[in-house]
Amino acid sequence: MSRRNVWMSIMILALVIAGCSGPNATPPATQAVVQLPTSAAPAASQATSPTAESTRTLALPASGRTLTVMTHDSFSASKEVIAQFEAQCGCKVAFLKSGDAGLALNKAILSKGNPLADVFYGVDNTFLSRALAADIFEPYASPALQQIPDQFKPDGSNRELPVDYGYVNLNYDKKYFNEHNLPLPKQLRDLAGLQYKSLLVVENPATSSPGLAFLLTTIATFGESGNYTYLNFWKDLRANDVLVVDGWESAYNEKFSAGPGKGERPLVVSYATSPAAEVYYASPQPADSPTGNILPSGQSFQQVEFVGILKGARNPDLARQWVDFMLGPAFQADIPLQMWVYPVRTGTALPDVFAKFAHEPGQPAHLTPDQIGAGRDKWIQAWTDTVLH
Amino acid sequence: MKRWLGQLSPLYLLPLAFLGLFFFYPLATIIRESFAPGGQLDLTSLTALWREPYFGRVLWFTTWQASVSTLLTLLAGIPAAYVFAHYRFPGKGLLQALTTIPFVLPTVVVAAAFTALLGPRGWLNSLLMGWLNLTRAPIRLENSLGLILLAHVFYNTTVIVRVVGGFWANLDPRLEQAGRVLGANRLQVFREITLPLLLPAIAAGGLLVFLFCFTSFGVVLILGGPHFATLEVEIYRQAVNLFRLPVAAALSLAQIATTFLVMSVYTRAQASVTVPLNLRAAGETAQAPATRGQAIAVTSVALGLLLFLVAPLLALAGRSLAAGDPTRYYRELFVNRSSSIFYVPPGLAIRNSLLFASLTVVMALLIGVSTAYLLARGPQRLARALDPIVLLPLGTSAVTLGLGYILALGHPPLDLRASPILVPIAHTLVAFPFVVRAVLPALRGLNPHWREAAAVMGASPWRVWREVELPVVGRAVLVGAVFAFTISMGEFGATVLIARPEFPTMPVAIFRLLGQPGALNYGQALAMSALLMLVCALGFIAIERFRAGGVGEF
Repeated sequence: MSRRNVWMSIMILALVIAGCSGPNATPPATQAVVQLPTSAAPAASQATSPTAESTRTLALPASGRTLTVMTHDSFSASKEVIAQFEAQCGCKVAFLKSGDAGLALNKAILSKGNPLADVFYGVDNTFLSRALAADIFEPYASPALQQIPDQFKPDGSNRELPVDYGYVNLNYDKKYFNEHNLPLPKQLRDLAGLQYKSLLVVENPATSSPGLAFLLTTIATFGESGNYTYLNFWKDLRANDVLVVDGWESAYNEKFSAGPGKGERPLVVSYATSPAAEVYYASPQPADSPTGNILPSGQSFQQVEFVGILKGARNPDLARQWVDFMLGPAFQADIPLQMWVYPVRTGTALPDVFAKFAHEPGQPAHLTPDQIGAGRDKWIQAWTDTVLH
Repeated sequence: MKRWLGQLSPLYLLPLAFLGLFFFYPLATIIRESFAPGGQLDLTSLTALWREPYFGRVLWFTTWQASVSTLLTLLAGIPAAYVFAHYRFPGKGLLQALTTIPFVLPTVVVAAAFTALLGPRGWLNSLLMGWLNLTRAPIRLENSLGLILLAHVFYNTTVIVRVVGGFWANLDPRLEQAGRVLGANRLQVFREITLPLLLPAIAAGGLLVFLFCFTSFGVVLILGGPHFATLEVEIYRQAVNLFRLPVAAALSLAQIATTFLVMSVYTRAQASVTVPLNLRAAGETAQAPATRGQAIAVTSVALGLLLFLVAPLLALAGRSLAAGDPTRYYRELFVNRSSSIFYVPPGLAIRNSLLFASLTVVMALLIGVSTAYLLARGPQRLARALDPIVLLPLGTSAVTLGLGYILALGHPPLDLRASPILVPIAHTLVAFPFVVRAVLPALRGLNPHWREAAAVMGASPWRVWREVELPVVGRAVLVGAVFAFTISMGEFGATVLIARPEFPTMPVAIFRLLGQPGALNYGQALAMSALLMLVCALGFIAIERFRAGGVGEF
């Protein structure tokens, strides 16, 4: 091809593509991108779908509707389970991944009245008050709620329905503690002791969800008043050379000595299921986990995640079916190995790796969503002043 | 007024419409929503900002760390730019491709690379501990300002190498030769001739680096640790973690105002330093090192780049090879162990990344080149007003703009909130200023007499463009193309947009894998990162080849 032809074809291609993406042009059906018609079109003729092929069909029959689920980046489910729902409802499911839990919720709040999706999954108890105050969810008393213990239900309004829960707690490097003949800390306060100096890495509660959960644990454990408050504890941790990093990935992957980046710190704030994941995602699978949980009674934080139907959802009937499905036996059984949290539904069997390596603490730390909502910003600020400045 | 409107060719409307629609409109919407939620204007957050010294300190830190980073990047980049512009040597293309790779790597991956190289149990520390018989790692860089600066230089050196080097290669060497003949020594020639001629390109490259460091987010958050905050970090914290939109919007305005100020100073300065030159096509200027001194210069720059920019990449690639079973993690990439619906087959991720990157390159070139022409040849009053504005997207908070998209682009006919086309659009917004800054010095430096002469001699406008401008401007366009490609492959601002899991890209796959515990997940993330580096290197080499075959060496 001559030089001139190369340039000409590039320019023409550029013009064509720019034309397609221009303000008032809808992409032609042959373009390899999916345009999501989230408004205007009547629900019955919506053609959103997760594959490029099927968008080429412009008008699908009523049964070809798409349920849109907005969620955070850590959401996962198995193919089979989603296929089962699609077969059951006669619809398609599309997912919108909208950032971490906080960012996803803020996006849902900003699109209030003109929602991006039918359902939002992934508000947890640390963000629940923000979600409820924004009034973006429609109440739905799913019959499946009967199978779920009351302790997980936030209030009587059924705007947010519990799906799963997990624990934020300390993980330790078994090899390090063995080699150094070091006893495990029995409770949080022990971490302030000299023998654990420079051993702990935590996440910044201002930027990280497990970091916030751990701060809340210390508040539930030590309280805000008295002669040894949570801030006293954090002062001691700071004096004991606690390492603070931005998020879980940095803490666990790069700084934790049993993590894959081979850091220097044998104690990390992570999840009660992390030791189980270490076994599951190893090849070959070891008989024992390289890491363990430290779960002192009342000193690990329980994170509950909720699903809710967005106000103004275009497919409220499908949304209700989806919520029932998420709380139903098939989806609940799928939860552990997909998202590494525990299903809320009573009687859901856990996989082996959970039974062996992901024990639950006897008693979690306790703070209500309202307490958290009222105190969160103030606590984070106080923590920042104490630990960072 | 009417007169300059009449001079607007339809081509010039393209950048104006693009900026208006995908930058100013969403930005104005989010700022209006933040300051006047129910239609009631409430500026208390602005005044509170003024009174709170913390935010002043953040602005100060943001500005000075960006300035220092830019200075260091220039120091590292200019010698390399000189060598790349003046000499041919074996492996040049590969080395240039390798030095551009840092620019595409997500910060989490760079953090992993630095850990592998400089961490307490990394290559360098292990080596030093072995040599010096130490029990504790001697190099300790975690959570420090030094690491922020180091990472900024690591990321951005390629910007200087390409923008300055690209322009340098077009300078007529006879100017320097004339200086030498007239008795000036090497230093005098550099100071009196080369440097003044290079200034527009140095300023353009430096400005791009400054803006990148000014809006630095991941580097500061992940490598700098919680003690450091740039405006961008603070905006994210306010908008996402605290959901205080008015404060976030006020900080965004401060960020934009500073960017605008810097841009205005720059555009003024640039207008006064640019002189029309007899720019040459690059092929005429590069040669093999002839003297011993030249060979030493080339070798030491190549070694320096290898050590500083390529070693972390090698450490990362090394980590992706499992001990005893090197392809373990690569094979695992093809396995969907938990049967997840969000499993990303590597081939699909590569295809999507390349698709988005190609769209970005085409859109960024189209908009960037037309902007450069508008600024250089368009109505001067409009050009002067527009010049400082063109780079604003680079100096604007990604999260603010992302939330602006949610608010502004949610109504027909423009309901693009969850459309995948927003991905290349957002990438183009960051990429096209690179095209503008790469092309503009070449376009302004081009001696207008040449075009006039060609026209007088009867060449058609098309032929004038092809024979006179393209050989010089083409190289700059390709520099811009490389950056557009890179910016898209590196998925800038990815988390801010709404992701469609049916269009996973390579960085998205990496983030997903890094989010779960387990050696296999991390190993796969590194394997995918190594693939990302490989695909990018091949992409750069392909673009360089295109240069050799198409333009630049006429």
